[in-house]
Amino acid sequence: MAHLLKDIWTYFDDRLRLSAGLEFGRKKKVPEHSYSFWYYFGGICLFLVGIQVLTGVLLLLYYTPSIDAAHESIVFIMSQVRFGWLIRSVHSWTANILIGAIFVHMFSSYFLKAYRPPRELTWVSGFLLLIIFLAFGFSGYLLPWNELSFFATKVGTDIAGVVPLVGKAVKAFILGGAQVSGATLSRFFWLHVAILPLLTLGVLGVHLLLVQILGMSTPIGLPASSARDVSFFPDFLIKDSLGWTLILVLIGVLCVFLPWEVGLKADPFAPTPLGIRPEWYFTFMFTTLKLIPSHILTLEGEVLAILAFLAGGLLWLTVPFLDRRAAREQRSRFFTVAGLVIVVYIVALTALTYLFPKLK
Amino acid sequence: MTRRRFIDVLLGGSLTATAIAFLYPVIRYLIPPRQQEAVMKKVVAAKIGELAPNSSKIFKFGSSPGLLINTQEGKLLAFSAICTHLACTVHYESDSDSIYCPCHGGRFDLAGNVIAGPPPAPLEAFKVEIAGDEIVVSAKS
Amino acid sequence: MKKLAALAFLTLVLAYFLFGQKNSCIECHQGLEKELQEPVKAVQTDVHIQFGLGCQDCHGGNSGQSDVELAKDKTFKGVPKRNQVPEFCGSCHSDSVYIKKYNPKLRVDQLRLYWTSQHGQLLKKGDLKGAVCTDCHGHHGIQPANRPKSMVFPWNIPQTCGRCHADPEYMKLYKIPTNQLSEYKQSVHAQALFEKKDLSAPVCNDCHGNHGASPPEVASVAFVCRQCHPTNGKLFSQSPHKNAFDELGLTECGACHGDHKILRPTDALLGVGKDSICIQCHDAGSKGYDVASQMSQKLTGFLARFQEAQALLSKAEQQGVEVTDPKFKLQDANTLLIQIRNLSHALSLQDFGEKIAEGGKVVAEVQKAGIAAMKEAKFRRTSLAIVTLILFLLAVALFAKIREMRKRQP
Repeated sequence: MAHLLKDIWTYFDDRLRLSAGLEFGRKKKVPEHSYSFWYYFGGICLFLVGIQVLTGVLLLLYYTPSIDAAHESIVFIMSQVRFGWLIRSVHSWTANILIGAIFVHMFSSYFLKAYRPPRELTWVSGFLLLIIFLAFGFSGYLLPWNELSFFATKVGTDIAGVVPLVGKAVKAFILGGAQVSGATLSRFFWLHVAILPLLTLGVLGVHLLLVQILGMSTPIGLPASSARDVSFFPDFLIKDSLGWTLILVLIGVLCVFLPWEVGLKADPFAPTPLGIRPEWYFTFMFTTLKLIPSHILTLEGEVLAILAFLAGGLLWLTVPFLDRRAAREQRSRFFTVAGLVIVVYIVALTALTYLFPKLK
Repeated sequence: MTRRRFIDVLLGGSLTATAIAFLYPVIRYLIPPRQQEAVMKKVVAAKIGELAPNSSKIFKFGSSPGLLINTQEGKLLAFSAICTHLACTVHYESDSDSIYCPCHGGRFDLAGNVIAGPPPAPLEAFKVEIAGDEIVVSAKS
Repeated sequence: MKKLAALAFLTLVLAYFLFGQKNSCIECHQGLEKELQEPVKAVQTDVHIQFGLGCQDCHGGNSGQSDVELAKDKTFKGVPKRNQVPEFCGSCHSDSVYIKKYNPKLRVDQLRLYWTSQHGQLLKKGDLKGAVCTDCHGHHGIQPANRPKSMVFPWNIPQTCGRCHADPEYMKLYKIPTNQLSEYKQSVHAQALFEKKDLSAPVCNDCHGNHGASPPEVASVAFVCRQCHPTNGKLFSQSPHKNAFDELGLTECGACHGDHKILRPTDALLGVGKDSICIQCHDAGSKGYDVASQMSQKLTGFLARFQEAQALLSKAEQQGVEVTDPKFKLQDANTLLIQIRNLSHALSLQDFGEKIAEGGKVVAEVQKAGIAAMKEAKFRRTSLAIVTLILFLLAVALFAKIREMRKRQP
């Protein structure tokens, strides 16, 4: 038996140079220091993406992307398909957990200044992944075609339309027309199962490749490697698995006790329900727009806010090129404080949305 | 058994159990369920010849009842069977050529309009099409 | 004094812009006090003014004359006395040719009907306490009856009638009760009208008539009820109660359901319990008592099964299981429940039993689905427990492995 396995191994090794890969794996090390805990979050994101791909592919078997059948197919999955309720609830819950994990991963990398050279492109590709997964969330939310998703999409695309010059064109492209309709559902489905997965394949591939080539970044002031470093295989991976196991338990509990609701089928002619808002990860932007005064120095408040978000995004994307001190391996207090301000802003406005839903 | 071996066995065993616990639902999910398809908003209400003239049938349309009528002249009409007053199920009265709600005496004509009683709005009319030997009802919109 | 002058000035300005043309009635009266000034403001929203009529069209006189003596020329009618009001209003409203100019749809038989009413009869006898046109319609701010602000719009009618009929002091000399309004307000019809804003719900005039208002005769009340409750009426007419009630001179519907205080009927009304109506006539041991008892038992049994199935479904739903299909079936059962309750009017034990059996079948199916849903909910929780246990074991194994690997390192 052992002989047979060795033969199979040799066969593939000769043709795929597997030994080189194994050698690399053996050498891969993860630095050990007081902030090592944050290294887990990249792997958690990857694990959750895996769950999404698996459950997404399964849902694709029974889902129909047409306004006559989308909602009905979800009801069907939830009530007729064996374990359909589980697959669907896992997909919906994991989407939210994944976006939360992405934020944690992004901010922990930021505060540890992992973006400094030579890892600028890792940061840039990571930022693109953030946008891609927010787009996954936004497009996926419409697919069940229920009341909440219909109106959340309407509100979201209305905001996109406010951007000066390109807003109207962008909105029409996203919607596939003037308003949320069957064409929108087709488009969002196309984005969600084809375009975004393709983009993810490319960008995530680059992101992971860069991490393998460049290794893990260590905080400023600490050496790049030390005797305390652990090997990735099997030590760090086992610790990773422990985290993943606990997350699986969390997802299981959520799906059994808080299954994702089916909701009422969307009726485009019904008036917008009160208190409609997008998913939680967009609420900080949504509430900002609600609180902004309608005019600031003759400019429309909403437009100004959206431009501010776009500018903020651009700054965030180019942080590796702006943070000169970190590039010189020096403590950059300013960027740390700026980051804290942003975190507090996001947390505060998200909390505000839910604590005071009747604002304005 | 050494402590190390025990841990390895525990690890291997629980990994296998986890794999099975996750593969089982996925396989059951892939097996086709009893009901073939999701119920669509286009329903086969009946077959040609199933309904005699001047008779009717209640059929399931989505998750609510629908009323299929074959009039005296052989014309096929379909409506939502939910009375617009207090949501009782209406039925077709052949001797009066009207649709009647037994709860409070609401009455609709064969265009769905209210002709008597408390209902405040007409019955929702559906589109009827013949496909081969099937009578297909779908929502008008 | 200053305040009054300011008010008068404002009214002058307002009236000028409103009426444009010279109207000495308005100009003069807005400078007067209290009840002589009140018509000026009230009449601004009056339906007659909106049709282009003015003070002189009802009261006569010459509105072009500023001098008060000249204004009150020989056509001047002044304020009509109470017993003159019907003819006063009727002088236009009974003239079909005249009314057709303004609103061809408007009826012109109100005056004729009025004289047949109790109010009209009283007035003929010289009793001025009987209601006249202005008591119900108002005098200077009259609204069309189909506008919500009108004193005779459906949800204002109980109050309008009640102004006299619920006043014991006012009604002292008349031998009729004054509790109708308070009774009506407790009724299911009042609830439908005031809370659900259902304008098809009956108010005073639907049973008593408008202008020809008089208490409905015993035989005729039932016809009124049948207008909205035809099914129950038909079933009742087929039952042995119809002849019995007619012979006894009892109102068909009112004998059991009341006349003003018609409450939502409960299942306790049927049967032989202490709240039931049946035992008011049927003594223990009689056939009627027997039928009542059996019907009540069948109904309560069915209702219990229905509610059990309903509770099961909502519990399963709460636990996250999809139950839209069984809920759809339950809707059928609910319709059958309404029909069963209606059937109690027919008093046929056989028909009743058959319908209950039909309902029972549907409820049994729902119950089956509900039990299956609960089983599914339990399955989910049990599976979760098992899988969590497995994952917990895995976590422990991983943790132990980590510890062991750490120990192996120097």
